[in-house]
Amino acid sequence: MKLDLALRAVHRSERRLAEELLELGERHKADHDVFHLSKTLAGWARGHARALAEAGKRFGLDLDADEPGSDGSPGPLSVVREKTAELMGRRPEPGLLLLRDLRRLHLAAAEASIDWTVLAQGAQAAKDGQLLDLVTACHPQTLRTLRWTTTRLKEGAPQVLVS
Amino acid sequence: MPEADRIADPWGARTPYGPGAEWPPRQDVHLAEGVGVEDVERWVPAASLLHSNGDAMDIAVAGGRIVGVRGRVDDRVNRGRLGPKDLYGWQANASPDRLTRPLVRDGGELRPADWDTAMERIVQRAKALLEERGPSAFAHYTSGQLFLEDYYTLATIWRAGIGTNHIDGNTRLCTATAAEALKETFGCDGQPATLADIDHADCLALFGHNMAATQAVSWMRVLDRRAGADPPALVCVDPRTTPVAREADVHLAIRPGTNVPLLNGLLHELIENGWTDEDYIERHTVGHDELRAAVAEWTADAAAVHCGVLADDIRAAARLIGRAERLLCTVLQGVYQSPQATAAAVQVNNLVLIRGMLGRPGAGVLQMNGQPTAQNTRECGANGDLPGFRNWQNDEHVRDLASVWNVDPLQIPHFAPPTHAMEIFRYCEEGTIGHLWISATNPAVSLPELQRVRSILADERVFVVVQDLFLTETAALADVVLPAATWGEKTGTFTNADRTVHLCERAVDPPGDARSDLEIFLDFAGRMDFRDRDGAPLIKWTDPESAFEAWKACSGGRPCDYAAIAYHLLRERGGIQWGGERLYGDGRFWSAPDECESYGKDLVTGASVEPVEYRSLNPDGRAMLKAADHVPPDEQPDERHPVALTTGRTLYHFHTRTKTARAPELQAAAPDVWIELSALDARELGLEDGDPVAIVSPRGTVRAPARIADIRPGVAFLPFHYGYWDAGGEGHHRAANELTLTAWDPNSKQPLLKVAAVRLERAP
Repeated sequence: MKLDLALRAVHRSERRLAEELLELGERHKADHDVFHLSKTLAGWARGHARALAEAGKRFGLDLDADEPGSDGSPGPLSVVREKTAELMGRRPEPGLLLLRDLRRLHLAAAEASIDWTVLAQGAQAAKDGQLLDLVTACHPQTLRTLRWTTTRLKEGAPQVLVS
Repeated sequence: MPEADRIADPWGARTPYGPGAEWPPRQDVHLAEGVGVEDVERWVPAASLLHSNGDAMDIAVAGGRIVGVRGRVDDRVNRGRLGPKDLYGWQANASPDRLTRPLVRDGGELRPADWDTAMERIVQRAKALLEERGPSAFAHYTSGQLFLEDYYTLATIWRAGIGTNHIDGNTRLCTATAAEALKETFGCDGQPATLADIDHADCLALFGHNMAATQAVSWMRVLDRRAGADPPALVCVDPRTTPVAREADVHLAIRPGTNVPLLNGLLHELIENGWTDEDYIERHTVGHDELRAAVAEWTADAAAVHCGVLADDIRAAARLIGRAERLLCTVLQGVYQSPQATAAAVQVNNLVLIRGMLGRPGAGVLQMNGQPTAQNTRECGANGDLPGFRNWQNDEHVRDLASVWNVDPLQIPHFAPPTHAMEIFRYCEEGTIGHLWISATNPAVSLPELQRVRSILADERVFVVVQDLFLTETAALADVVLPAATWGEKTGTFTNADRTVHLCERAVDPPGDARSDLEIFLDFAGRMDFRDRDGAPLIKWTDPESAFEAWKACSGGRPCDYAAIAYHLLRERGGIQWGGERLYGDGRFWSAPDECESYGKDLVTGASVEPVEYRSLNPDGRAMLKAADHVPPDEQPDERHPVALTTGRTLYHFHTRTKTARAPELQAAAPDVWIELSALDARELGLEDGDPVAIVSPRGTVRAPARIADIRPGVAFLPFHYGYWDAGGEGHHRAANELTLTAWDPNSKQPLLKVAAVRLERAP
């Protein structure tokens, strides 16, 4: 049984996704939709990580439920990022940076999503209904994050690329 | 007979009637002092341009001036009645501070100029920018107060002539969620019910809809039913004790931002008690299992905790809604400008659908509009949609539109949804939009976070054109100001919130050199020399009626098909509804994959549903039940800002008061801003009625006298109408939107103007 490996992989990628989302929001405070929604989506990813940490106990895994600074409260560095984002808000370059960061986020979400798929396959083969329920509860939200990054990139790219 | 004082008695005398009876007529008239009916030389047909009800009226003309108005008793919408804004608001037309000449900015100052100078300045700048940076450097921000002919013309010019995707209206602030919620549920925009359903309903449920203030005449209709035999039950959801709340059988004064929990609670109760029409659900909807599962946890008790109301009151409301035989639900800004706007408005559609209450007398949903012509902004593609409810994701729809305009489909941007207003201003802020044309709206007072909006409009990188009646707060920041004609001075059509089209005719000449909006757009198109793919002029119409006929061709075959309507018919018959009295009576929707206006969006993220996905979700074109879970608002009261501020309207003013403040009776009725707070909060702050209060949010400070009112403790209300042109002082401490935050619903992109965290302080 190597289900623990798959579980650990999703946990890692969901935590990274949460981190990337929070950073995205801080870096793009002047893009208000990104700023606000990234917090909600980060909440989803953190919730997944917590649920995975709980599930991991059954497999003898000791996964951190949360990491420092990921509770949504701004650390000193993130305040600097937000202030910089506000000051940069009146220049066109942040558009390009936003595309770059959304692309990065998209890949992080895709990684988490495929990790969920792998875990789901393992859970089915192991006939582990409990684990399968976890995948069913969480994976759709990761897919929604992935769709959002696609939509947001499609909407934002034209203005950045032709202006 | 002396005229009634309709400031003191806004809704006038009752004419009670019973269910299914015809609403009795009552003619409201107001003429200028000293003018009698015998002095009126002509009565010119028109409709109201100061709210979305579309009340039919005649303009009284004597000596080349407007001298009064009267309601048209033969019209289906109002049967002769007029609200206070219409009885008195016409006086603004003759206001001495109307713009009568174009203004151009020279050496930092706006100076009078002739039309040639002003238009050439706009056109030279536009041509150079188009050459240098292309169509994406252009934007048009329009209104919900122009006419259909204006919108269709500007949509054609900006979408097909310039070829930009950046067109939106201030309808983004008032009605975007109505359109989006209808698209999410029915696949397409279009008001399902009719105002005449008030005549038949046995239960009315008003969600965030202070109808008494926003649609005074329809409220008269409700009051008349309530005064007659077998009156309908009335449910009101509003944190304030409005006139609607006082009249209601059940008033749910929910905490701002908790519409979704409340509606989920109501849906739960309906399902739990079996107050559903399983046959209707089975035959006409998809998504029922998901909805059922999503609301399973939302017991009345669970909802009550989130909403801060009694569970028994939620159950009482559910009982009235659940047992009704003819249920009419209406929705407005309390839902549309709150967090999770679309998700909540969609749950109201769900209420109606699971009860099978659609498309028959008294049964339906009215997703209301705020502004008089917002419906046309939506239909004509002057907002975030393509003309004729066409789907930007459907290549066939775009090809069809391109053939109507005789342009290459690639000329019409459809790689992304049309850019919404908040994003247009964001692009201006970034400096990637360099030419912003604003017609008939006042973003310097109506958009959130005004400090930011002012700095964008004043930015030298953006060339701003403003077309309006007065030197508004926005016009004062423009590079070119164009004086426009308005209601009573130009001819055109517009469509109210229940799809009723009225012709509004020119009664008098516009002041000075002011021109109709249509003339201004046609002039611009001519000077820019926009051409179709055969080299003929892109704009092939020359006046209102030919513009209307062009629109008929564009709307043909689409849900908002105007083929059966013509100027001569509107003159003969008065208001005519497109689509018939009610939509969807046969359980058929415009939601089939090839027909629908939108494939929908994720209700939390706003991510677009892709065509393939939509095809599998809704292959047969049914109504869609979409569930939503609660997402807590981003900005919530905390220790530093403990009060939830909600902004809104008064019966006596419209929008930013450009007209209503120039009508003496209306101005006297509500001359200045005030802040409403509960007696409990006032006592804690040591405030008495009339004491000066500073309202402080992280974005600004407003000063207003306290008005102690019946409102939820912990919530304060500030009317949003008041700007600075008549403030007579320094600084920016009067407009409610100094306080609001730049945030919007992920689906409809409607700004969240109903929730901001503030602190109240006694002002010096």
